[in-house]
Amino acid sequence: MRDEPAIILAERLSKAYGNLPALRSLDLSVKPGEFVALLGANGSGKSTLLRLLSGLSKPTGGRLRVGGWEMPGEALAVRARIGLVAHRPLLYENLTARENLDFYGALYGIDRRERARRIQDSLRAFDLHKRADSLARTFSRGLKQRLSIARATLHQPDLLLLDEPYSGLDQRAVALLDEMLAAARAEGRTIVLSTHQLTRVPPAADRALVLSRGRISFDAAIGSLDLSEIYRSASA
Amino acid sequence: MGEIKALAQEDLRLETSVPPRLLRLLSLVTVLGFGGTLFLGLRAAGTDIQQGEIQRIFYIHMPSFFGAFTAFGLTVVGGALYLARGSEKWDRIALAGVEVGLAFSLINLLTGSIWARPIWNTWWTWDPRLTSAAIMCLTYAAYLMLRAGIDDRMRRRAFMSVYGILAFVTVLITLFIIRVVPETIHPVIVGASPQNAQGGFEATSGVVTALIPSLLLWLTLLPITLMWHRVRLEERLDALDRLKMRVLSE
Amino acid sequence: MKTPFITCVAAIVRKDLRAEIRSRELLSVMGLFALLSVLLFSFALELDRQAREEVVSGVLWVTLIFASLLGLNRSMALERDQGGLDAILAAPVSRAAIFVGKLLGNFVFTGIVGFVLLPLMTALYGMNLLRAPLILTTIIGLFGFATVGTLLATLTVQTRAREALLPIAMLPIVLPFVLTAVRATKAILSGAAANEWQSALGMLAAITLIYFLLCLLLYEYVVGE
Repeated sequence: MRDEPAIILAERLSKAYGNLPALRSLDLSVKPGEFVALLGANGSGKSTLLRLLSGLSKPTGGRLRVGGWEMPGEALAVRARIGLVAHRPLLYENLTARENLDFYGALYGIDRRERARRIQDSLRAFDLHKRADSLARTFSRGLKQRLSIARATLHQPDLLLLDEPYSGLDQRAVALLDEMLAAARAEGRTIVLSTHQLTRVPPAADRALVLSRGRISFDAAIGSLDLSEIYRSASA
Repeated sequence: MGEIKALAQEDLRLETSVPPRLLRLLSLVTVLGFGGTLFLGLRAAGTDIQQGEIQRIFYIHMPSFFGAFTAFGLTVVGGALYLARGSEKWDRIALAGVEVGLAFSLINLLTGSIWARPIWNTWWTWDPRLTSAAIMCLTYAAYLMLRAGIDDRMRRRAFMSVYGILAFVTVLITLFIIRVVPETIHPVIVGASPQNAQGGFEATSGVVTALIPSLLLWLTLLPITLMWHRVRLEERLDALDRLKMRVLSE
Repeated sequence: MKTPFITCVAAIVRKDLRAEIRSRELLSVMGLFALLSVLLFSFALELDRQAREEVVSGVLWVTLIFASLLGLNRSMALERDQGGLDAILAAPVSRAAIFVGKLLGNFVFTGIVGFVLLPLMTALYGMNLLRAPLILTTIIGLFGFATVGTLLATLTVQTRAREALLPIAMLPIVLPFVLTAVRATKAILSGAAANEWQSALGMLAAITLIYFLLCLLLYEYVVGE
């Protein structure tokens, strides 16, 4: 990561699928260590923004810098510093939890011994160690989600991107996820998390950002605001 | 409504505009040239002693393959430049190349088949060269099917550029198959004919006067003019698409 | 901060092998298909001894190409359904490494089917197919199929018709492999002079190398956007 005041810097960022605009001229700046909750209805552009941030997709207009590197041109330089939890779990069903983590750890170039140590720690931290050697296909949605996050944080990324992590989770899993996010924030990681449920803003979040039809319609620090204001803005 | 009308005027400027001067000139020269080569092939060249009038179809048959070669070659160029530069105009050229090339290779197959009926006494035979030419046609038909199956436009352009480059291999194989599988019965006019070629004829001076101009026309003017028109059509379709989307998303 | 090429390739191959050893999904489908195909050909063509010698190389290669198609489709569909491809793409990994990794996995699976098929056809068709030059031809030919197939399966798996389009896209493109491989096989089985099959085999190897480099170069355009 280059030493810059903003870890994410978007200027007039646009993305269109064919002629269908998904993001329209978006300006955004996120400071290192910030926890941003990205709110908005389905189709408001949340997933598109997260895909752009992770370098999986290319912008059709404007500029995007992540960690001081130009996206998508210099994406290879920042990929190692980004962890992505997409709304699909991105796990291999026929591999065990441990093998899944081992595969991704290897892709991030973590050497074998370090990898084994971190996997052990991570399995324990996410309370997965009892199921470490069962196949991912036998996992519930909540377990898969946890394994997904373990996968996305194994290489200790500076920027953690989560797309709709709350969908399909039961109460207990939600509480666990909130705990993990608070811990990640305390470690100084920057987090961008999207959700379409306005009632589900993670308690540890610093800042709420509402997207509507590809534009930012609301942006404020959470401490200072009344959530009902967000609802009004988002439903407008 | 007024706004939509303004958009329509801006986006569909092409609709009303006449083709550029050079294209109009090219079209005229191509039409005249085509008439001219037809005259040379049908009237000026002498009748073949062994095969008779049917031999004249050769003045279309062989040049049409080389026309397809040019068009498919331009598809490779367009595809490579699209991947390198990312400008959609290169993809339009690649698409135009496939459609024009496919039309030319169908002409090539059809004329060959008409010639084969009296000379080989069959419309079609599973000769290596014929098979390869047919597979070449199918490859480019597959290109059009694949293209229709990809909804995302960026992805479609990139994928089809890749496929257009790979597909050219079938063109090269059709051209060089007599070296790989020598037991073809297809005659070769330029260079040594395969031993079991049937229906060959000597490239006499009469043949050359009719063949060379026709070959040049099919190699250059014909594919380029047709492709240019096709590219312009595609530009208009894209503009129309853009307009539709804009109206829908307003 | 890029993960070394070899590390990525090894990780992807190990992952594919591990998953396959556990589920045996690809191998069982491909193996069963190959067996049925060989049996079906021998019934459908009502082969007598002489006819068998004529068609054995054709049966071998047609079976191999269709078995490859089945395996490739399934292998890429697994990547897509489980969303793994996105996770690999988000990692600091060069696209060429992903290509080589997937290619080697696919090659190993089709290779195993090939090595079951050769002795099987030797037994069923009463001809010795287990000869060193023929094994070499099979290896190179299958590597060629896997090369073109990995690229095209990655492409077609992202289209609307998905599985249905791979044969249509791939069969014409692999024609040069089939052509040269069948010629080499025929020459080897007929006991022709070595230089006769060597030229066909050399051509097959050259075509495979050209395609490998071409696909390596083009792969980055068929993954992601």
